[in-house]
Amino acid sequence: MGPGTGAACAITLNSALTPAQQRLYQDPLVIQRLLRDTRTIAIVGLSTDPQRASWFVASYLKKEGYTIIPVNPKADRILGEKAYPDLASIPVPVDMVEVFRPAAECLEVARQAVAIKAKALWLQLRLVNIEAAELAARAGLDVVVDRCVKMEHGRYFGGLHWAGMNTEIISARKARPR
Amino acid sequence: MVHAGHIPDAVTGARAVPIYQTTSFVFDDAEQAAQLFELKQYGNIYTRISNPTTAVLEERLASLEGATGALATASGMAAQLVTFLTLLQAGDEIVASSQLYGGSITQLVHTLKKFSIGVRFVDPSSLAEWEAAITPKTRALYGETIGNPRGAVLDIARVAALAASRGMPLIVDSTMATPALCRPIEHGATIVVHSATKFIGGHGTALGGVLLDSGKFDFSRYPSIAAPSPAYHDLRFFDTFGHYGFLMKARAETLRDTGACISPFNSFLLIQGLETLSLRMERQSASALRVARFLEGHPAVAWVAYAGLPSHPDHALAAKYLPKGAGAVFSFGLKAASGSEGRAAGRKFIEGLQLFSHLANIGDVRSLVIHPASTTHQQLSDEELARGGVSPELIRLSIGLENAEDLLWDLEQALPAP
Repeated sequence: MGPGTGAACAITLNSALTPAQQRLYQDPLVIQRLLRDTRTIAIVGLSTDPQRASWFVASYLKKEGYTIIPVNPKADRILGEKAYPDLASIPVPVDMVEVFRPAAECLEVARQAVAIKAKALWLQLRLVNIEAAELAARAGLDVVVDRCVKMEHGRYFGGLHWAGMNTEIISARKARPR
Repeated sequence: MVHAGHIPDAVTGARAVPIYQTTSFVFDDAEQAAQLFELKQYGNIYTRISNPTTAVLEERLASLEGATGALATASGMAAQLVTFLTLLQAGDEIVASSQLYGGSITQLVHTLKKFSIGVRFVDPSSLAEWEAAITPKTRALYGETIGNPRGAVLDIARVAALAASRGMPLIVDSTMATPALCRPIEHGATIVVHSATKFIGGHGTALGGVLLDSGKFDFSRYPSIAAPSPAYHDLRFFDTFGHYGFLMKARAETLRDTGACISPFNSFLLIQGLETLSLRMERQSASALRVARFLEGHPAVAWVAYAGLPSHPDHALAAKYLPKGAGAVFSFGLKAASGSEGRAAGRKFIEGLQLFSHLANIGDVRSLVIHPASTTHQQLSDEELARGGVSPELIRLSIGLENAEDLLWDLEQALPAP
């Protein structure tokens, strides 16, 4: 199983968003484009604890070839990468800002993401702040809310299927080699 | 039924699902190996935990049930046990319907007792009984969509609402219905289990089971799924995997440690069965209704217990939960036959049948017959038999794909003349 033809099905399962919000902030075409085009991901709230969800996601993304930039004011290095206290301190361009902080902090993170001219804002699974999403979307960023970037990558590149999970992808077309 | 879970692979383009008959999988490198074991990467390690052929069966069933994911096991009994051992700990209790397959009752009463897990049985039609049986130790409710063998239909939405109000999952064994007739998750069930050996496989060729999670239950305060797990270096499965937490724990810990995995070849056979599931269920249910009506009108028959008949106490529930058919398994009793006389008459009837196969299974494409009191439910006490509605004269039929006319002929010639 590989990426196949992609968005044959809408992703509908397991979200706190309304169907209208899902259309705005969980668009499968946007998600696939982000996974394909993104190179550099700043991970706000990446933990130093290897057993936290943020570490699982970051180590997966690094293995999959993305450049990850930890944003954590209490850390120097995480997963071998230099950590920065906030988005503004990062000296290189950032494609995507991924957030693992409480919903109340997301609006400020969204403002910073706009300020550093990131191309996308991604609020992790179970993290919903529609005001932050709207702010980033108005500034022209692609926005994803209440989805896990690791699960979404696994959905389109086969791993999630191997774990017995419902990818909601149905296709009779031959998979494309990676 | 024919597409979900399988995309033709990039290299060969094989249209049918390939059989990956292998125990183990080569790692890319040492780092990937370590990350796979830490569950930080997706991938296959060992067929006891996951296998690409089995993954197709799992995702296809998840798609059909509207579940977030699935885990296939060696049998239906294994699927239940993996579910219980993932959710429950020593000292916990489960409240279960008394109208269950006999093997499920012995697993709950005797095997779980060895793990110090308790069970309380209730009349599934009485919400008051369900409610009264819940104690501070109760961690889950358990019932069958269509009870075996008396055909009791579970009021899934009401029992699920009770479970939700007490912060616990409702587990439903939907073997007799299959997703072709009922999707319990749509009615509020959290976890669905199946013996895939039955209608899902359909051809009596392979054993298998599956457990599926709706992904909608909040396990954040459910001890076994939310707390740091000593069996996986203190991983918090719900925190780390969200709505996949229960299934990831069931796979990475319970399946790993019990070894109750399915063979890839059996997964392949069950996938072949799945491809025609709804066609078979439609036909077999329609034939079952015809046979049940015939028996109800026969002078040698005392009673017929089929929820598709208006005479069944759960006929209204069947109309709500099973609008496409009440399944293909039901039971009936011969007239004027009680005690040892009843057993003898039952034996004579079964031995007179020409087309019905006398064996201990249901859900085959061939019609089947059995006398549960002396076979499938033999290990139960008289009290358990009575509570499960298994009287000595009860005969269970599983209707197959034969022409219904042929089945009626066979029954007519084997039934005692009035």
